[in-house]
Amino acid sequence: MKYVDEYRDGALARAVASAIRAEADPARTYRFMEFCGGHTHAIARYGLEDLLPANVRMIHGPGCPVCVLPVSRVDAAIRLASQPGVTLATYGDLMRVPGSKGMSLQKAKAVGADIRMVYSTLDALRIAEQEPGREVVFFAIGFETTTPPTAVALRMAETKRLGNFSVFCNHVMTPAAMRAILTTPDGVPLDGFVGPAHVSTVIGTAPYAFCAAEFGRPVVIAGFEPLDVMQAVLMLVRQVNAGRCAVENQYARAVTPEGNRKAQALVAELFELRDAFEWRGLGVLPNSALKLRPSFARFDAEARFGVETLTAADNPACDCGAILRGMKRPPDCRLFGRTCTPENPIGACMVSSEGACAAHWTYGRFREPVRAVPIEGVLP
Amino acid sequence: MCLAVPAEVTELLADDMARVSLDGVTKTISVALLDEVAVGDYVILHVGHALARIDAEEARRTLALLAEVGR
Ligand code: SF4
Repeated sequence: MKYVDEYRDGALARAVASAIRAEADPARTYRFMEFCGGHTHAIARYGLEDLLPANVRMIHGPGCPVCVLPVSRVDAAIRLASQPGVTLATYGDLMRVPGSKGMSLQKAKAVGADIRMVYSTLDALRIAEQEPGREVVFFAIGFETTTPPTAVALRMAETKRLGNFSVFCNHVMTPAAMRAILTTPDGVPLDGFVGPAHVSTVIGTAPYAFCAAEFGRPVVIAGFEPLDVMQAVLMLVRQVNAGRCAVENQYARAVTPEGNRKAQALVAELFELRDAFEWRGLGVLPNSALKLRPSFARFDAEARFGVETLTAADNPACDCGAILRGMKRPPDCRLFGRTCTPENPIGACMVSSEGACAAHWTYGRFREPVRAVPIEGVLP
Repeated sequence: MCLAVPAEVTELLADDMARVSLDGVTKTISVALLDEVAVGDYVILHVGHALARIDAEEARRTLALLAEVGR
């Protein structure tokens, strides 16, 4: 496929790997966090860690919207979907995300809730148009990539004067999560970030400037193909070696410094910051998520249906929190590959194919033996 | 969830919609988030919406840089 295959050339990847090996200082360690699950997936799928020298380590970050959605919001969506007359429209990835007490949208659907998987926000809108007797709620999640499509649907709902469409908004923001990672007191030591690909097509490169300016960590925005990631790692190694820290853009074919202004303007028109929002694994972060502006309150499912977000704890045996902060690796979790597999996910990192646990299960688990850890007393 | 794929715009439709081809598979998507999309443009397609245009010149430059590293 054009603009895909060119960036998957194995011989070239090995050549970039030798450049990294030649330039990485053997006397030091380089720890780079790939923020996005898309990068985690590419790294696992193409075995990129095997191409890197032992002193260049990739640390998985929290950048998978499915993984960072807390149990409490999943529970709230299930309660919403269980109300009479409500149809909950959702992206397929969300169906199996564990809520509390072993519940998920998939299980709620099995016992009668009207939950429909959609590919696009416009599909959700179409359901609302075609079934005026039902209250269609779009369960919106995602980083800055999925927010503009939600905004487009809301704008259309307004134009079409749809009275039975609303949005349960869970849109979160990348820079806030990066700041949280950098300020966690017991956080992992990092030498730089492989910055988001598609998020950056929307927000541009400027919002990462604080990583370099305030925290002295370089950021290289990278595409999701294996060569993109390898080139970004090389660019990070070079910055570290030169004692520089800047925001650089490897993914210039799709990302511009200013981003997608049209999308930004639309999002700013419809959404405003929430004071605080809970993230799975990162806790409650200030100014890290969006809600609908008061002028769009009639489309806000939270206001319309009195959605309450009740605190709910993660499964205590699940290490997702530590994995999302880069503190642990999937095989460090006692449940990994035992009770927790993609067929039966216990934690969110196992649900989406971009989650660190799912990526490691699918592509990485044969590279290292699963540790023999006693598991008594931790089964859910 | 944030994965997206390059798609070639093959036809512009009413209401900010367009038809795109993904390696031969045709899809109808929204181009409401981009200005002045033209037939033949490659866009980054995500959950049914075009998020960005792919810049052919920058794509070529990235490949040239990679090739240089590879030498
Ligand atoms: S293996 Fe499962 S339970 Fe353990 S951290 Fe990963 S997702 Fe959570």
